Amino acid sequence: MGDRTSAESALSAVFNRRLFLGAGVVAVGTAGLAGCGGSSSSGGGGGGGGDATGEVSFGSNASDEVPKKAFEATFAAYDGGTVKVNTVDHNTFQEQINNYLQGRPDDVFTWFAGYRMRFFAKKGLVSDVSEVWDKIGGGFSDAIKKASTGDDGKQYFVPLYNYPWAVHYRKSVFESGGYEIPKTLDDMITLGAAMKKDGLAPLAFADKDGWPAMGTFDYLNMRINGYDFHVNLMAGKEAWDGPKVAAVFDTWRRVLEISQPNSLGRTWQEAAQSVAQKKAGMYLLGTFVGQQFKEGAERDDLDFFPFPEVDPAVGADAVEAPIDGFMMAKRPKNADGAKKLLEYLGSAEAENAYLATDPNDVGVHKDVDTSKYNALQKKAAELIGGAKSISQFLDRDADPTFASTVAIPAFQNFIKNPADAASIAKSMEEQKKSIYTN
Amino acid sequence: MTAVETAERAPDRPVVRRRRPLTPGRVLLHVFLALTSLLFLFPLLYAVYTSLRPYAETAEYGYFSFPRGLTFDNYAAAWEQSRVVRFLLNTLIIVLPALVLILLLSSFVAFGLARFRVRGRKGLLILFTAGNLLPQQILVTPLYQAYRLWDDQDWVLDRQAFIYDTYWGVIAIHVAFQIGFCAFVLTNYMESLPHELTEAALVDGAGVWRQYWTITMPLCRAPLAALATLEFTWIYNDFLWALVLMNTGDKRPITSALNNLRGQFFTDNNLLAAGAVIIALPTVLVYFVLQKQFVGGLTLGANKG
Amino acid sequence: MAVTTAEVPARDTPAAGPPGPRRRRSANRWTRRDKLVLGLMIGVPTAISVLLVWLPALASVGLSFTRWDGIGLDTISWVGLRNYREIFTIYPPFFPALWHNVLWLAFFLLIPTPIGLLLATLLDKEIRGTRIYQSAIFLPVVLSLAIVGFIWQLIYSTDQGLVNAVITRFGADPVDWLGNPDINLWAVLLAASWRHVGYMMILYLAGLKGVDPTIKEAAAIDGATAWQTFRYVVFPALRPVNIVVLVITVIESLRAFDLVFVINGGRNGLELLSVLVTQNIIGEASRIGYGSAIASIMLVISTVFIGIYTVNVFREERR
Repeated sequence: MGDRTSAESALSAVFNRRLFLGAGVVAVGTAGLAGCGGSSSSGGGGGGGGDATGEVSFGSNASDEVPKKAFEATFAAYDGGTVKVNTVDHNTFQEQINNYLQGRPDDVFTWFAGYRMRFFAKKGLVSDVSEVWDKIGGGFSDAIKKASTGDDGKQYFVPLYNYPWAVHYRKSVFESGGYEIPKTLDDMITLGAAMKKDGLAPLAFADKDGWPAMGTFDYLNMRINGYDFHVNLMAGKEAWDGPKVAAVFDTWRRVLEISQPNSLGRTWQEAAQSVAQKKAGMYLLGTFVGQQFKEGAERDDLDFFPFPEVDPAVGADAVEAPIDGFMMAKRPKNADGAKKLLEYLGSAEAENAYLATDPNDVGVHKDVDTSKYNALQKKAAELIGGAKSISQFLDRDADPTFASTVAIPAFQNFIKNPADAASIAKSMEEQKKSIYTN
Repeated sequence: MTAVETAERAPDRPVVRRRRPLTPGRVLLHVFLALTSLLFLFPLLYAVYTSLRPYAETAEYGYFSFPRGLTFDNYAAAWEQSRVVRFLLNTLIIVLPALVLILLLSSFVAFGLARFRVRGRKGLLILFTAGNLLPQQILVTPLYQAYRLWDDQDWVLDRQAFIYDTYWGVIAIHVAFQIGFCAFVLTNYMESLPHELTEAALVDGAGVWRQYWTITMPLCRAPLAALATLEFTWIYNDFLWALVLMNTGDKRPITSALNNLRGQFFTDNNLLAAGAVIIALPTVLVYFVLQKQFVGGLTLGANKG
Repeated sequence: MAVTTAEVPARDTPAAGPPGPRRRRSANRWTRRDKLVLGLMIGVPTAISVLLVWLPALASVGLSFTRWDGIGLDTISWVGLRNYREIFTIYPPFFPALWHNVLWLAFFLLIPTPIGLLLATLLDKEIRGTRIYQSAIFLPVVLSLAIVGFIWQLIYSTDQGLVNAVITRFGADPVDWLGNPDINLWAVLLAASWRHVGYMMILYLAGLKGVDPTIKEAAAIDGATAWQTFRYVVFPALRPVNIVVLVITVIESLRAFDLVFVINGGRNGLELLSVLVTQNIIGEASRIGYGSAIASIMLVISTVFIGIYTVNVFREERR
């Protein structure tokens, strides 16, 4: 797999985790120019003509083969008018989102739930879609609705799917080693020691691109300090240099002892490969990790378990499961058409059409057809369904400036020098105060 | 060149030129230079070698191995999948107008400053020369914001006269940035042209424009060719401007598009090598064909001083 | 545009103005149109340069005293020196980046520049095939730094790279050339030097061509060794070239960006000032004031060297 992923090391690599969904296995990229501009170059960033006859322009960051095809299938099943898709490279789309929204955005565009959604809502760069929610609201749980709501209590986001983060492993490795699924972190560390003895790297780990370590931090934080603390910490309301975050770093230090070394030069694809090749025992990542496993026996051998409990008083019922979906531009050229499209995208029908082509995620609609789910999808749906609270991900729950310019280097620093946790946390707090001022 | 002046006077004896015998020292020198040349060519040669090997072969035997079968498949794949043609075309759309404008505008300035006594001449020369030396990152933020502000004006919206995410926007900054260097080189060159040339024209009653266009410019073919070669390479190789000032991936020139191509299309090192060779080829060709101009341009600019 | 034409001989048109001193008369010989044309020829490029290069550069300085997320002009707020204070106190990547830039410069001055000078001296001798050697060594200069980054990743890559393929063949452990923050900067500097040597060589070759060969011969006849000739005769004569080389090397070191950006986005051991600017201003993180403050620091550093250069260039003008 080698350096397949270094495109990710571009500066927005942080937000890139879905970039290779599909591309990894589809390998030599049978896509035409999927990544770099997509179907309509004529419109540029702008939404093209926007006739009154119901054409809606759709800005898509789904530049990879699989999600791109999935959107084509989704729109093919839409009978409410034509959708003009303007696909932009995934990286570029996120890098330039500020600019895109202030320039000539498409009527409807792909985006993420979390602070990153509420931020643009607060800035007035996107439209309130509460009207759409009046019609589609019945199909979603309260948690999903909450995740689609801005600070002012109105909805700004229509969700499509999500995918959980969990500890992945190969069933055959666990069988042959006689390993058991750990229920607590202590179990996992004991298990790690056993794997080490058997010549395995216990926990695969990669952070060349900066964002994967955020998943480890989030889970440890939610298991030790609880979901509410996570939310407040991300919102800048809690201290990074307090005892609570210190406890997270202390625990993480223990986890690092069973983690694969040299993680800063490794991409997640390479780490996933080490699990696929049975060189590593476990790997904490989103379910998209499955893309690195060959379809068939190898993929069927892949399984996951929820991130184990650390403190029995806190439990393990918070799940990190980022939601992807859509927003509407501030001044859409075709507002009625855009709302109609969003109504469709917020339906079980649209989710079914999408998931039929991209089975790496799970639907968020109550009526989504789960009968076609594969085993992992079913398990993922159960995990999310059983969760008491759902977090997005550090870079979606926190201020983007903080996530990319503070959290990434800080975590990389911690991985390099785990003993420096105190000074790293202090520095994060100082920078947080400077960034979260308004 | 002040070099000659500072040097001590040569003795009044004519220098006898003779063919040097091939001493052991000379042989050693040749061996050293040949090895050094190979060392410098090595990374490129290795890229070419890797690009010609099938992925399956390198996967099995490793990259440090003798070839079993060479193939152009990687080139075919890189060419088709990444649609490099499209990006090369984008580069041309940017480079050609930029080249014309840069040479035209810089020769204007050079002509004005070299052939006339213009108040503030020195200040202007410093403005152009120093501007070209600024790191790009110093200008990039305000430039990007200014482009966006421009696009936000109502009349711009009405006429769709956008500048952000357009070829013209990228051409404009290349022109502004590169005029400096070319103006500097051309001013020096034009100053060295004898004044008698234009005097004759003056007698014929030629205006400023005719002095510039029909008399001065034809004499500047050599530096113009040198600058064109150099500027082609520089603009072709530029990475940052289009990266920041464009957001439609499909419009980006080849060098800026590179980073996105990697990972999406150039998924293994063999394919990546093929892509790198394809992208490097235009500048390498220009260099081999126009080597004299290239080196000439570089030293023209640098030697003054 | 203020244009006087005293130096240029008068045009032979019917004398329209009153008789007077020659200089005065000649100035009047230029038609309005000529003055306008000349004004435009100088004015338009000047305006472009001021508008797109100098104003943005100054605006960076202005923005460095503000806080701005880049969304709407009304959100700009004046914060005085706060960005600078924070960059110097609580922004961990700043000093590593500054240090890496300094290392970059020192490395360039100490390794590829002398090598370039050495090669130029060797190639300046009358030897057969000098053109071929020159072409080979100079070739990397025509490649973009982004491509240089790609080509060298073929060599450095942990799993698919040449170096690791070779050293593991001999039983050594693979080295994480680009991921290990203790070595990745040096690996990158080697790649950057590959390109810099040729550049320096060509500059020095041109400089050496300007050194009168007879002095060298004279020195040799006087019994000077090759080194003494170089040290006491040739090198002093290269002073103007050395200044150019110094300035170009400083500017190249400050501009270094593409190479580290394509390798890992400029993090984890490859931080540079130019990368920090980019990280703060493009992308979702938009701390315009912060990024501008780092850019302004770069401006100050480069101004010093650009100053040295222009003073040198234009001192000669005064002759």
